[in-house]
Amino acid sequence: MNGLKVIETQDLTKVYGEEVAVDRLNININEGEVFGFLGPNGAGKTTTLLMLLGLSEPTSGKARVCGFDPTREPLQVKRLVGYLPENVGFYDDMNAVQNLLYISRLNGIPDDLAGIKIKELLKVVDLEVDPRKKVGEYSRGMRQRLGIAEVLIKDPQVVFLDEPTLGLDPDGSLQMLDLIRSLSQDKKITVFFSSHLLDQVQKISHRVGIMIKGQMVAVGRIEDLAKEKFGVGQEKYTLEEVYMKYFKEGLL
Amino acid sequence: MKGITTICRKELADHFSSTRFILLFYLILMVSLVTAFIVGSGLRDELKDVAKPTFVFLMLFTSPGKLFSLIQFIAIFGPLLGIVLGFDAVNRERSARTLSKLVSQPIYRDSVINGKFLAGLITISIMLVSIVLIISGLGLLLIGVVPGPEEISRLFIYLVISIFYIAFWLGISILFSVGFRSVATSALAAIACWIFFSFFVAMGASVMADAISPVDQARASLNPELLIKHEQTRKIISLVSPMTLYSEATTIILDPLRKTTQSILLMGPMERLSISRFQSPLPLSESVYIVFPHLISLMAITLVCFATSYTVFMRQEVRST
Repeated sequence: MNGLKVIETQDLTKVYGEEVAVDRLNININEGEVFGFLGPNGAGKTTTLLMLLGLSEPTSGKARVCGFDPTREPLQVKRLVGYLPENVGFYDDMNAVQNLLYISRLNGIPDDLAGIKIKELLKVVDLEVDPRKKVGEYSRGMRQRLGIAEVLIKDPQVVFLDEPTLGLDPDGSLQMLDLIRSLSQDKKITVFFSSHLLDQVQKISHRVGIMIKGQMVAVGRIEDLAKEKFGVGQEKYTLEEVYMKYFKEGLL
Repeated sequence: MKGITTICRKELADHFSSTRFILLFYLILMVSLVTAFIVGSGLRDELKDVAKPTFVFLMLFTSPGKLFSLIQFIAIFGPLLGIVLGFDAVNRERSARTLSKLVSQPIYRDSVINGKFLAGLITISIMLVSIVLIISGLGLLLIGVVPGPEEISRLFIYLVISIFYIAFWLGISILFSVGFRSVATSALAAIACWIFFSFFVAMGASVMADAISPVDQARASLNPELLIKHEQTRKIISLVSPMTLYSEATTIILDPLRKTTQSILLMGPMERLSISRFQSPLPLSESVYIVFPHLISLMAITLVCFATSYTVFMRQEVRST
């Protein structure tokens, strides 16, 4: 972590009609960091991700991702950022390689290079591919791994993962966590992920942010947040306890 | 550009391998073959007593045979082809949750809809061109008349109009697929539209013309203006339907002996005489001139349809998946 800011936002706000989905968000995320993004359902996590990707236009405020403004230069941002939506979908009547090839073509990767990359990536995400098997027949865990492969095929600098371990079995989610950790450690990819499974977040995140009702109520290392809430010397509190404390205060 | 070609390629592959497309293609192919065969074998008898038949080749497409002519068939069932190709273009991706993934790739957002429209257009063109070629080939075998350059150019114009006509229905169905979340709703809406414009507008037109400018027999014989007015009202209303636009345009283009889209004409005795004495075909440029407004309107409604779906799609929020 050399302190380079990969994601910066300044009072980023999104309003849907009357409802404020994201309220003056300010975050800075460093290169190679694993940032856990927490919050109850409907807190505005996905909206934030979409704004950072340039898929949704902020009502006010600014964001910079890898030095680009997602609203004005969405293509540059999308070239460097991989996004795995919650419950990602695939073209179910194609097999895994065809799905990956389509995504790599959309990224402008020449087919011969893509072939090599796809082979590598399937090994990285540990997905054995039977070419006769369509993606529609894949299990939840296989789909999630294929999703990660699709995200990685463009050699991203940043990946946004929306609930990457949702619905995976314990073994599958452990593998997923290992994969996320190795992305950050070995490839220096910044990982920005949202999750409800707090013990998992605690295992792999360098820092976490807690968002409640569109407002970022806390950002920092888990120990620091524990210190802030429970006093000096209380760093042993788990993320779950810290989160619940913030959550209850946030609802008041 | 890269995005459009990639998406277009994938959509084309999807179209050509989808069952519904293959079914529909065989249906249309079969009907065209049968019509061509019936017309081709009937033509010999029809032309037996004609001294110097002209534009025989075009009659393959316009002569009604026993049931209907090929151009009537395309006019009625061509829209279905457009609808089948487009009704789930966008909302299928939405319900399969691939749309948010697709638009988060480094492509312009409009590439998605442009690529899909383009793929539909290419499919339609390939289909129509092959149908016309097959019928032409069969016609050559059956009637042994070689088409002249004018007939070929008339056929070409016919193809262009038909492609635009079906593209209009493709545009409508893509519009519904952008607007409606559910695939079934958009399919039903598109089919309802097709039934309304193809069958009800024609029926409704005469009813409304009766209401707006009524004709009773006694007065009509004294004042033919009434009849004309009634006819004009009916025509204006029926022109709302793209099918009317299309059938009128194509009959004029493919039948050089027809000189107007009007069905009732006021003629003096001299005009009537000259028409019966000098039954000469219109040159191609004149035929085109007559249907020019039709062509422009067809293209305009196609573009309006596409432009609407384009804007709606560009403004839609991605997250509502």
